[in-house]
Amino acid sequence: MKEKIGRVVKVAGPLVVAENIPQAKMFEMVYVSDKNLFGEIIEIKGNKASIQVYEDTSGIGPGEFVYSTGLSLSVELGPGLIGSIYDGVQRPLDELRKEYGDFISRGAYKPALNREKEWLFEPVVSKGATVKTGDVIGKVQETPVIMHKIIVPSGIEGEIISIIEKKKVTVEEVVARVKTMEETKEIKLFQKWPVRIARPVMKRLPPINPLVTGQRVIDAFFPIAKGGTACVPGPFGSGKTVVQHQLSKWSDADIVVFIGCGERGNEMTDVLMEFPELKDPRTGRPLMERTVLIANTSNMPVAAREASVFTGITIGEYYRDMGYNIALMADSTSRWAEAMREMSGRLEEMPGEEGYPAYLASRVASFYERAGRVFILGSGKEATLSVIGAVSPPGGDLSDPVVQATLRTVRVFWSLDAQLAYARHFPSIHWLRSYSLYVDMLSDFYKKEMGEEWIEIRQEAMKTLRREAELQEMVRLIGIDALSSKDRLIMETARSIREDFLQQNAFMDADTYTSLKKQYRMMKLIHLFNKLAAHALDKNVGLDKILSLPIRIEISRAKLIPEKELKKFDAIEEKISSLFNTLVKEVENG
Amino acid sequence: MAKEYVTTREIAGPLLIVDHIEGAKYNEIVQIKAVDGSIKNGQVLEVDGDRALIQVFEGTAGLNLGGTRVKFLGRGVEVGLSPSILGRIFNGSGVPIDGSSAIISEKRMDINGNPLNPYARNYPSEFIQTGISAIDGLNTLVRGQKLPIFSGSGLPHAKVAAQIARQAKVLGKEEKFAVVFVAMGITFEEANYFMEDFKQTGALERSVMFLNLANDPVIERIATPRFGLTVAEYLAFDLGMHVLVILTDMTNYCEALREISAARKEVPGRRGYPGYMYTDLATMYERAGRIKEKKGSITQIPILTMPEDDKTHPIADLTGYITEGQMFLSRNLFQQAIYPPIDVLPSLSRLKDKGIGKGKTREDHADVLNQLFAAYARGREVRELAIVLGESALTKADLIFVRFADEFEQKFVKQSEYENRSIEETLDIGWRLLSIFPVGELKRIRPEYIKKYLSRYTTFSAGDTKNAD
Ligand SMILES: Nc1ncnc2c1ncn2[C@@H]1O[C@H](COP(=O)(O)OP(=O)(O)OP(=O)(O)O)[C@@H](O)[C@H]1O
Ligand SMILES: [Mg+2]
Repeated sequence: MKEKIGRVVKVAGPLVVAENIPQAKMFEMVYVSDKNLFGEIIEIKGNKASIQVYEDTSGIGPGEFVYSTGLSLSVELGPGLIGSIYDGVQRPLDELRKEYGDFISRGAYKPALNREKEWLFEPVVSKGATVKTGDVIGKVQETPVIMHKIIVPSGIEGEIISIIEKKKVTVEEVVARVKTMEETKEIKLFQKWPVRIARPVMKRLPPINPLVTGQRVIDAFFPIAKGGTACVPGPFGSGKTVVQHQLSKWSDADIVVFIGCGERGNEMTDVLMEFPELKDPRTGRPLMERTVLIANTSNMPVAAREASVFTGITIGEYYRDMGYNIALMADSTSRWAEAMREMSGRLEEMPGEEGYPAYLASRVASFYERAGRVFILGSGKEATLSVIGAVSPPGGDLSDPVVQATLRTVRVFWSLDAQLAYARHFPSIHWLRSYSLYVDMLSDFYKKEMGEEWIEIRQEAMKTLRREAELQEMVRLIGIDALSSKDRLIMETARSIREDFLQQNAFMDADTYTSLKKQYRMMKLIHLFNKLAAHALDKNVGLDKILSLPIRIEISRAKLIPEKELKKFDAIEEKISSLFNTLVKEVENG
Repeated sequence: MAKEYVTTREIAGPLLIVDHIEGAKYNEIVQIKAVDGSIKNGQVLEVDGDRALIQVFEGTAGLNLGGTRVKFLGRGVEVGLSPSILGRIFNGSGVPIDGSSAIISEKRMDINGNPLNPYARNYPSEFIQTGISAIDGLNTLVRGQKLPIFSGSGLPHAKVAAQIARQAKVLGKEEKFAVVFVAMGITFEEANYFMEDFKQTGALERSVMFLNLANDPVIERIATPRFGLTVAEYLAFDLGMHVLVILTDMTNYCEALREISAARKEVPGRRGYPGYMYTDLATMYERAGRIKEKKGSITQIPILTMPEDDKTHPIADLTGYITEGQMFLSRNLFQQAIYPPIDVLPSLSRLKDKGIGKGKTREDHADVLNQLFAAYARGREVRELAIVLGESALTKADLIFVRFADEFEQKFVKQSEYENRSIEETLDIGWRLLSIFPVGELKRIRPEYIKKYLSRYTTFSAGDTKNAD
């Protein structure tokens, strides 16, 4: 569909300026030169259009042709997305490798959805039915865990005048025809959607349920809601990627979209090698069967990096529109912002803070705004899209404009701390700096699932951690000896909360995922020990005696108790109670 | 015959602006002839209509407006490749400087390369034994990793890098290996140190060197590492060799980048470095790795000296954001005569988890590593506290940690420049040091390993501290 033609007048890295493109439109896709370099119009001034080009522009010069397509930058949405790995503009990287080899050469192209593969389509409406945008007309079992619903594309409303029977079809075959007011529309297994426009929903709702992640510090203290937004800022090596990988693996979303935006190639390989092997604890199926990967690594063209987050979120919205709960990770949104900054610089726009464009904050906000809990079009069913973005501020400095713009929008802040990371306290989510604005909205859920007591125990644990920080300050000034036994017990309990509960090793099988139930039991052990220890102190039992109880080792190893053997907690609890009983009796009996 | 232009309109720093040109392409190379007949090389940074902006690798000294002749060569910067490139020494622009003739190339490649398809990558997981405990034990290097040395001026990063190059091996394998050494703005003396070291160990025949020294043209440094990495890709993925690439000093590279950016009057990022420096560095660092179904690998050890030992300086910061960990050299340890002065706390190998453990190093490795870290971190913390409050303010338990931290530095981190420790030796030293703690403190080690390994070392500190509390 390349026809109308303009000419290149300027090339500056990924920015190409072209003249006289007929009817140039903002965000229109174009091809530059006969090398077919793919780009998008991002500014129009008079007869000149600025194009951000998604491939290396070396060897391009003035005078070369620019072909317009008349289409906005769009993605293909249909069966085959799950399990795929795409670049920032949805080129399938596995297919590209087959065709072009290990390195990505310029002008390489393959359609996002395989054109030969056949899917078993099963209609769910019949001829004569009236349908509107968002209605499901059929389904395809995309993976053993994902039923792909074929939904009526935007703007189509009318009567089904034909629909095929249950049979195998490719994505391009017409499965149904709809007679609308104006004309007859064909529906195929796939549709297209312009990435920069949010897909519509029936109604937006406040979130009420948590996205359960199996990560103790998150679920217990700083939960994210299904349909919520969170950010993970932190200096390099503090654990942003591991947190996002953990959430991709273990959170109870139906589908995960992971966007590697300007980060390392090996991290994508890691996912590609691990996810087909790892099993979703809920379905028992390989995680890859619920995962879509977007990989526009740091060495890939920077303009395509800018597009990658939109490509990813559009795919997320598409599955949401089938009624699923989606979790989307973007690692790292800072690289996306930097891509914006680079294009803005080349456009010679007036720079804002740190050279970022003045529209940085509004772009960030509108990206996270695409998250949410909604009633979807068509059936009106409930579905969610949760968005979690990593932020990589220079030097870990939280005054960075990208961090600040993000914090103004998102509701959960997991602040990764360099000191904790050095001490190998992972996840290095700082318990005093982080917050979740969902805690209150979710408390009904927690009360129902885990009991009233959970809320109290959790609050008390947080109080202990806060108190610890104050006491530490005192110790720094006057030494540990100055503390009362009571205060020293608080310090010990806080340490136990940190080491035995908050620390969670992502690379240890027994520790990498913890169910809510087990989180509760773990926390309760610490709580119980502390309560009885405080009581024992009142009864004049010496603190040293208490702290040298060998049961503390069992508390510290409780994280390794398998999910299937939670009964073991009963035994430890009993042992704690009886040990303290004995201690107190010893003192009472002189 | 390409046309020569004498239409230079402006010369600013390392940049030339040439007018009235036809058909210039972005990124193509140009040849520039000064009035005195000397030849310089450049590259097109931007073309706008009939005007081209050119960066001159050798600098613009000696160029003038009227007499400068500029010729566009219609191709990017390329390097000629053949197996005979091994053992050769080039300048920073890829011209041989070892007295032998130019190599007869079987293949030419653009030095910018193409991005490796993430789908083609194979995850690095083969343990490289460097013989240095602070690396092998705690920040394990694997084949295909990019692990920089964060150093400061005057610190022995060259020694550490040379020791790694000398001792690195994959256990139980004899395979073709090669070293690509890229010097950017370092002194002759330092470059010569590497050369002599390679010579003595016989590694020189298996090395390719690209030398841009302190008195060589600054802007040339932009191209030098790309020559080296293109050769590395050829050796690794065409010839199936395991290539270790040493890039030193990335700080000088970044300064060259800044100089161009300033001359272009770009909006500066932090401390004057260009906003695209992350991407620029990534296009080099990401050229490390492995490829599925291919034999070879590229392991990168970039070296950078942090201005004022500041790790939040953009050069260190952006590098850390791209590489797979970092090794920190500490001035403090260096002053205590501890070699290698690797500060293990801020150091990190992110790929270690897949390179260690049963069948790779030893089953107990991960646990020992975690425990050593935790204990050393606590020891350091307490030691600092003791400086403020005095030792008397410490509890008995704290004192053990302080002692541990001291011994850890003296016995585990410290070793000689020619000491090549096996991974077993390294882990054994670790256990011996840990044996001064009561078992209850070893929370990060699985009980079965404590049982199996700790008993071997309990005599080490018998009595005194063991049952103290
Ligand atoms: N939960 C965890 N359990 C164990 N180790 C962890 C955990 N989180 C992080 N780590 C360790 O920290 C290292 C760095 O983590 P990660 O790669 O996630 O950092 P990052 O913040 O994404 O850094 P960058 O900004 O450079 O990408 C990991 O390679 C791992 O060794
Ligand atoms: Mg990361």
